[in-house]
Amino acid sequence: MSNKSLGDPFNPESDLQHGPACNCPICVFKREEAESRYECTESEMTERLERAVYEGTATDSQYVDADASADAAPADPNAFRADGSPDNPTETPETIIDRAIESAVVRAVFGHNEASRRNFMKMLGGGTAASILASIFPMEAAKAAFKDKIGPLEKKKLKVGFVPITCATPIIMAHPMGFYDKYGLDVDVIKTAGWAVSRDKSINKEYDAAHMLTPMPLAMTMGAGSTAMPFIMPAVENINGQAIVLHNKHKDKRDPKKWKGFKFGVPFEYSMHNFLLRYYVAEHGLDPDKDIQIRVVPPPEMVANLRAENLDGYLSPDPFNQRAVWEKVGFIHLLTKEIWQGHPCCAFATSAEFARENPNSYGALFRSIVDATHFSSRAENRKDIAKAISPKNYLNQPVPVVEQVLTGRFADGLGNVRNEPDRIDFDPFPWHSMAVWILTQMKRWGYIKGDVDYKKISEQVYLAADCGKLMTDLGYEPPAKTYENYTIMGKTFDYTKPEEYIESFAIKRT
Amino acid sequence: MLSSLNVRAALLSVVILIVTLGVWEIANQPPEVKEAKTEYEMLMGGSAPHARVPNPSEIGTLALAELSDPFYDKGPNDKGIGLQLLYSIKRVMSGYFLAALIAIPIGFMIGMSPLMHKALDPFIQVLKPISPLAWMPLALFILKDSEVSSVFVIFICSIWPMLINTAFGVGSVKKDWINIARTHELSKLRTAVMVILPAAAPTILTGMRISIGIAWLVIVAAEMLVGGTGIGYYVWNEWNNLDLTAVIFSILMIGIVGMVLDLLLAKATKMVQYVE
Ligand SMILES: [Zn+2]
Ligand SMILES: [Zn+2]
Repeated sequence: MSNKSLGDPFNPESDLQHGPACNCPICVFKREEAESRYECTESEMTERLERAVYEGTATDSQYVDADASADAAPADPNAFRADGSPDNPTETPETIIDRAIESAVVRAVFGHNEASRRNFMKMLGGGTAASILASIFPMEAAKAAFKDKIGPLEKKKLKVGFVPITCATPIIMAHPMGFYDKYGLDVDVIKTAGWAVSRDKSINKEYDAAHMLTPMPLAMTMGAGSTAMPFIMPAVENINGQAIVLHNKHKDKRDPKKWKGFKFGVPFEYSMHNFLLRYYVAEHGLDPDKDIQIRVVPPPEMVANLRAENLDGYLSPDPFNQRAVWEKVGFIHLLTKEIWQGHPCCAFATSAEFARENPNSYGALFRSIVDATHFSSRAENRKDIAKAISPKNYLNQPVPVVEQVLTGRFADGLGNVRNEPDRIDFDPFPWHSMAVWILTQMKRWGYIKGDVDYKKISEQVYLAADCGKLMTDLGYEPPAKTYENYTIMGKTFDYTKPEEYIESFAIKRT
Repeated sequence: MLSSLNVRAALLSVVILIVTLGVWEIANQPPEVKEAKTEYEMLMGGSAPHARVPNPSEIGTLALAELSDPFYDKGPNDKGIGLQLLYSIKRVMSGYFLAALIAIPIGFMIGMSPLMHKALDPFIQVLKPISPLAWMPLALFILKDSEVSSVFVIFICSIWPMLINTAFGVGSVKKDWINIARTHELSKLRTAVMVILPAAAPTILTGMRISIGIAWLVIVAAEMLVGGTGIGYYVWNEWNNLDLTAVIFSILMIGIVGMVLDLLLAKATKMVQYVE
């Protein structure tokens, strides 16, 4: 347990700098991750590691009881760790902030000299040190000031729309698990039948913000498929998490070349589902407009249509893929992460107007979503989340189905138990390069025509800089850049050459 | 003799119902569920398919549970069946009475004036056959509110039968009666209210009865589309969970409410019926 206390500035054993020598599991993990990706300077590394610790404590609910830490001077830092509140993850966002401030203050007092801080703590004991520090520095005031930085909320009661699928996990679970309350918001999460309605209700301002598909705000801003209205997408909700399901009678047709004449369902035209299915069959030589039929089917109706054999298969959001297996109607042919590992899917979006007119409420909402997204991304929380979001008020699905989706340990309908912890993951960062890829596919399949200013639209709609700044504020670690290349089914996507990328496909509508 | 025929018919109805439900119940027993042993079987939720047509007893059990607490409110997405029905009835009534308020005066105008009849007829002929739900996207776009839009859809679907029946009823009032009114030097308005209205009332109410039936059918579909609250949303939410028991239960509830609305208007029609 001792390494768990690394974020505690009053613990002599902890290493607040999380330097290269630090061996806490978070540091080791982050270091490996960092080394594998790209090189960075020592100070950059320290900064990254520091963030990692806040992130590490973010869900470590056993670590600190927020109330206890607010009592300025606990007698023994280990004491309040033991009687923490293990089943109260909602306490965590405050705790992280408190911890971050304590740490910053202690480090400032000791002039960033780790050795002297450690000696001091050893000499006096963490509790005494904390009370001494409290007497010379208004710790509580500092914490309160930081939390108030958001400013008074213009609008407390918000309506956030969601379509009942597991992609919406962060938006949904932020409600039962108290992430909205934490930031002073009173949010109603409203179940919506589908994306067309979700879009219209957002345009009509019945919803202050909504769960959308990552291509939707791009399409809406450009006026493709609806009236043009500037929408912004401050955060992605989930990555991966979709699948291609086929009817049980097609168990022998695992090769897409045998899919000629198949009828497939996708949840919406402007969806990653549509673009990924088109990409997948086209890579196997089928023309998605001629060799197969693609229909828009609302996700809840996917299973019934598959059972009735109106569809041969679908590329749909979960839990309806797993539900088809549970109903013994279909099997999981392929997870979309096998097409593009880490592809974006759903998003949290709002009108530019709402963000402009209610900057503080928007900020608070944005923070709750980013926090909830990080909480959702942690494997150890997934079972609790599955229980929290399965009831009637949210997904209205059997818990075992949702749990198989979120934990990634699932039956595939072909007789295998598969273990894919990254079947669905949650990551708020809206990469500009993802937007560019989506725009290339919209153009490739004729949804948009003419010249497209990929960079401009992507940067206008996907607020990567805002998200990055907010992640830093909350103690998470944003990526250092907003563009990157992807490898999708072995083919490289170079974000700097979108037009050449479209040209490189044999099957296209341009 | 007649009463004994009625009694016998009622008895036979009950017997048919019991036999049908009994056969349904017995013939439709759930397959035996094997104890799930392997992890795969557990993740599949046992070996039997989950969805099948539910038995009358299952529907009865659910109905009892739902009807024992019909007005619970557990947040925006989970409300009792009674509350949901009230939401739907409220919407239907708003759209329906709004339509009556407009359809009946215009119907009078058309019925009394051959000129107006000829002038408005093409519009009515074009607008009448449009499926009410086809108005929904346009309504959402123009009215910018899903609640108002569903009321509008009810309005637009219930206006036509009332309008056409009123015009027909007014138009076919016997000329003699109007002539008598004229010889008594009644004003146009008084003629309309005192002579034509009572004469045309049965036809108008028949139109209103057709309208309420259509409105009730349409609200379910509209709410399934727009969601939020109402019996249509309730059906959709259970459909979402592939819960056929609840879907059948809500179909029964929709039927019962529709029947009550129809009976009310049938009563009203009888009240204005006259004998020549
Ligand atoms: Zn460390
Ligand atoms: Zn999604």
